[in-house]
Amino acid sequence: MKINSPLEAYKFLPGTNCMECGEKTCMAFAAHLIDRSKKLTDCTPILDAKFKKKFTDLDQLLAPEIREIEIGAGEKVVKIGGDDVLYRHKLTFFNQTKFAYDVWDTMNEKDLVERVKYIQDFKKFYVGDFLTVDMVAIRSTSNDPKKFAAAVKKVVETTDLPIILCSFNAEVLKAGLEVSKGKNPLLYAANKDNWKEVAELALEYDVPVTLFAPNDLDLLKSMAKTFAEMGTEKLVLDPGTFPTGKQLKQTFNNFTKVRRAGIDGDREIAYPIMAVPFTAWMAHDDPVSASYWETVVASVFTIKYGDIMILHSTEPYAMLPELHIRDTIYTDPRKPVSVDPGMYKVGEPTADSPVLVTTNFALTYYTVESDISSNKIDCYLWAIDTDGIGVEAAVAGGQLTAAKIKKGIDGSGFDLKKDTSHNTIILPGLAARLQGDVEDETGANVMIGPADSGRIPGWMEKNWPPQKK
Amino acid sequence: MTKKMKLSQLSDMLQDLNVESLEGVTIEGDIELNITGGGGLNPALAYAIGSEISQISLHMANIGRILGFPAEQLFASAFGLGEMPQPQALPASPKIQELLASKFEVAKIDNWKNPIQEVTLGATSADGGSRKSTVTLGGENALPYYFDAEMPHRNYITMDVFDMPINMAKSVKGNYEDVINDPAEWAKKVVREFNADMVTIHLISTDPLINDTSAKEAAKVVEDVLQAVDVPIVIGGSGNPEKDPEVLEKAAEVAEGERVLLASASLNLDYERIAKAAINHGHVVLSWTQLEINAQKELNRKLMKQCNVPRDSIIMDPTTAALGYGLDYAYTNMERIRLAGLMGDDELTFPMSSGTTNAWGAREAWMVSSPLKQDSDWGPREYRGPIWEIVTGLALSLAGNDMFMMMHPTSVQVLKEITQTLYGSIEAEEIDITNWIGAEV
Repeated sequence: MKINSPLEAYKFLPGTNCMECGEKTCMAFAAHLIDRSKKLTDCTPILDAKFKKKFTDLDQLLAPEIREIEIGAGEKVVKIGGDDVLYRHKLTFFNQTKFAYDVWDTMNEKDLVERVKYIQDFKKFYVGDFLTVDMVAIRSTSNDPKKFAAAVKKVVETTDLPIILCSFNAEVLKAGLEVSKGKNPLLYAANKDNWKEVAELALEYDVPVTLFAPNDLDLLKSMAKTFAEMGTEKLVLDPGTFPTGKQLKQTFNNFTKVRRAGIDGDREIAYPIMAVPFTAWMAHDDPVSASYWETVVASVFTIKYGDIMILHSTEPYAMLPELHIRDTIYTDPRKPVSVDPGMYKVGEPTADSPVLVTTNFALTYYTVESDISSNKIDCYLWAIDTDGIGVEAAVAGGQLTAAKIKKGIDGSGFDLKKDTSHNTIILPGLAARLQGDVEDETGANVMIGPADSGRIPGWMEKNWPPQKK
Repeated sequence: MTKKMKLSQLSDMLQDLNVESLEGVTIEGDIELNITGGGGLNPALAYAIGSEISQISLHMANIGRILGFPAEQLFASAFGLGEMPQPQALPASPKIQELLASKFEVAKIDNWKNPIQEVTLGATSADGGSRKSTVTLGGENALPYYFDAEMPHRNYITMDVFDMPINMAKSVKGNYEDVINDPAEWAKKVVREFNADMVTIHLISTDPLINDTSAKEAAKVVEDVLQAVDVPIVIGGSGNPEKDPEVLEKAAEVAEGERVLLASASLNLDYERIAKAAINHGHVVLSWTQLEINAQKELNRKLMKQCNVPRDSIIMDPTTAALGYGLDYAYTNMERIRLAGLMGDDELTFPMSSGTTNAWGAREAWMVSSPLKQDSDWGPREYRGPIWEIVTGLALSLAGNDMFMMMHPTSVQVLKEITQTLYGSIEAEEIDITNWIGAEV
């Protein structure tokens, strides 16, 4: 983005404060343009022909520094790139890193279909939604156009996930393109030897293409410049992912350099970056070691500027941390850390339902809430104001104390004696040490729940309703 | 008056001209085209030059038109065309035969001017201690592993030892069953077998709500550990804010001269007592705050100004949250702290330490399987746990964390491997990735 103050964007807006965008003033809308929480097309008046020049000019000024590229088609289309900052706290990172897991054209058909389905269906519940992976990369290990075409055909018949066609042989890529028309696959890759042929394919089929220049940033930039000159800016840059030793350190340098140059305004190199943690398998024979190292390399380049990557291990112990580190880095840091403190009903609680205490740290709250609701437990869930800190840390740091709990209860207008039949509070297992204090403060019975809310269902079976004393 | 200039310069100059303001311009002198190259031009170069010259002539013709000359007629008659060609009719995507030359350049960050403070832990006999080696943290002039400036010291790992048996994830516990009742043997094991750079002795039994072990008893355990190993050590309390100052004072006293790290001073306990204990016995203070950069500044300021702790005796722990459980806050908090330090905020220019062991609190690290039926299979937990600890630590290493407090030997080994690789001290056989697509795996 070439401008950084709402005033600079405001100059181009109609200035009528018509509120069609949902904001009260054009200045407020301008502020949302600058923090990228609204799009210019949300301003309907500026789409009018008489503002055409202003629209075009402002649209260009607002364009992200790193180009945004689309891969795939239809509902599952993915976007990569589009970043404006080097550190997430400066704004947020956009378009989370896309994970493509590989299949290869010498696999037997049954295994291939099974693997594609596994990739497509992999999911993990997290804070109200499922984390999933994004793409399938088809590698030509046969170097045979017919075999490759057959594999690509099978993949696109099996899934709507976007695909990457991987070969350094233009003939092979062409065969893959022929059977995936309309799917807008990503080509992988043009290199110093095949770039002319691959460029022609990218132009002819109008698809995005990866440029591969292992540890040669001059070559990478030359290729990007050449491709742009030839007529396509739908480019992804692969500076090579070397899996070990000094070469891996150099890879790290290359990623940080390319992204910094792009954010600093060098348009010739301002494209999304591809990482290939797959290469970890070229350094390790043992599959557990290879999976581990691949996950480590994937984590490094999820954090440092990889926009898309090709991976091999589909072990849950690789995919789960990969999904979570991506979520970690791409979560919008501007979103609130905490939920409003107070008493929440989960399901349809009655006077006999349990009363559980947790903190108002959003992650804690939503984790507990999903564990309870997905197991159909009706209860009262009390989010105590811990300044948005989780249970264990809040107990250690004094943000979750008996006094805080008493205050939270009093503040919510809920009366344990009148509104429940049991006058009992269940504390998180990690707050067990507060038991006596809470009993003294509140005069309620205090039970100690499990240390992890995933164990609440089992705990309830054993301990609820409480034995009458 | 002739002046030589490159074709591209001329083209650039003309492109940048604002033709609306072209008033009273005179073009003087000759434009000299000096095309060199023995044995004929290569076709790509000839094409490129041709394109440049044509572009120039278009610009020239434009100037001509502005001055009132019907340039389009000249073009039309010269090329035998009926009408002026539209600019978009020019070849939009010429077939290029050679890669266009381009050189990659990127600037170093110019506002990282303030180095991070160096802090040494442990003291050898030359400095009045009995450690065989010391560990120095900090000294950075850039974000970790960045090309802007060499990182002076690698990351270090201190492994946890407890003064009583505690609950641990199953895959962690398997490594310590034989030493769980003997902190000294436990310490020996992590150094000898698991390659720990340092040892942290956590005096958790001192908590009045656990065993209420006296400070004096606890200090004996510290002495045992100092006897058992010769690496620098960290001494941790129980986290009880009333008891910790007393426990750490006593521990600091018996560890006199060893330059241990006292863990920790925080805003919710009598940090002054801990600071004094460090100053009086030559130790380092761990300044612990909870995911809040301003609280970190406040505590560091108090330690320096109010308690007179020297700058070379402070390490920060801005709190580690596990992967999936707030690591985003922990990561960004550390990254902001480090960037602020590098840019000159001298209340934040200290090395950082992470309680990476916290990763084991994540259910993904220790549960047999997902508690939610909709989830895909989580796979074997003995592999899930260590990688959870590794990725948690790795993320923070990239945010600027210097030292890691850890638990699982596999996590320690892998985190060392990756941090030292990025640091640049790991040699490995070079791997040719030119044809990685065809690799059989």
